[in-house]
Amino acid sequence: MKELDIEAKIEKLDDVLAFVDGILEEAECSPKVQVQIDIAVEEIFVNIAHYAYDPNEGRALIKAGVTGDPALFSIEFSDAGIPYNPLAKEDPDVTLSAEDRPIGGLGIFMVKKSMDSVDYEYRDGRNVLTITKGITK
Amino acid sequence: MLNITKESNANKLTFGLEGRLDTTTAPDFEAKIKESLDGVTELVIDMKSLEYISSAGLRVLLSAQKIMNKQGTMVVTNANDDVKEIFDVTGFSDILSIE
Repeated sequence: MKELDIEAKIEKLDDVLAFVDGILEEAECSPKVQVQIDIAVEEIFVNIAHYAYDPNEGRALIKAGVTGDPALFSIEFSDAGIPYNPLAKEDPDVTLSAEDRPIGGLGIFMVKKSMDSVDYEYRDGRNVLTITKGITK
Repeated sequence: MLNITKESNANKLTFGLEGRLDTTTAPDFEAKIKESLDGVTELVIDMKSLEYISSAGLRVLLSAQKIMNKQGTMVVTNANDDVKEIFDVTGFSDILSIE
């Protein structure tokens, strides 16, 4: 597992994606799965950056790696911010018309749909969100 | 990175997107849309060179669609399979006109 301890700020998103992409490229992840994982990572990190420490600032600790055969990518995001379980939020109604749909609320839903598992726990004063995705072509 | 091209012809406006429509780049695209839609009755968003769209990008598309519902039509063209899959999962395939 590799670790990245980083300021939880939107401006750091590119650094987070570079960290993740480095791991995925080393593991020869398919480009399609890499795009899906990047999207999931963006949604999770941006949520932490927006809300975890609002209105203050803080850090996020990210641990990621690839294990096993078939290869499984896993990534854990943790922060010491406001306790918040994003999985407890109800899924958006994706059948509504453009007029009736609220702008937003899709991020975590996209993560749930595209990843193999998404788990949340509050542990030792930290929000810990772990996602996994098989990356074998 | 997102490169945005803009082509205007009478009441038709075409945006070409190249790169990634994500949290970092979506605000720029949203600003360009908002400042350009006066009098536009036909909006085309060409995604031929778009590699990636996250929920921040979807938000911009939805708000553009809401504006265009009041004043004309909006069409999304040339989206790649990854982007189309995201439209399917999120129900955007039913909201947007995708060609």
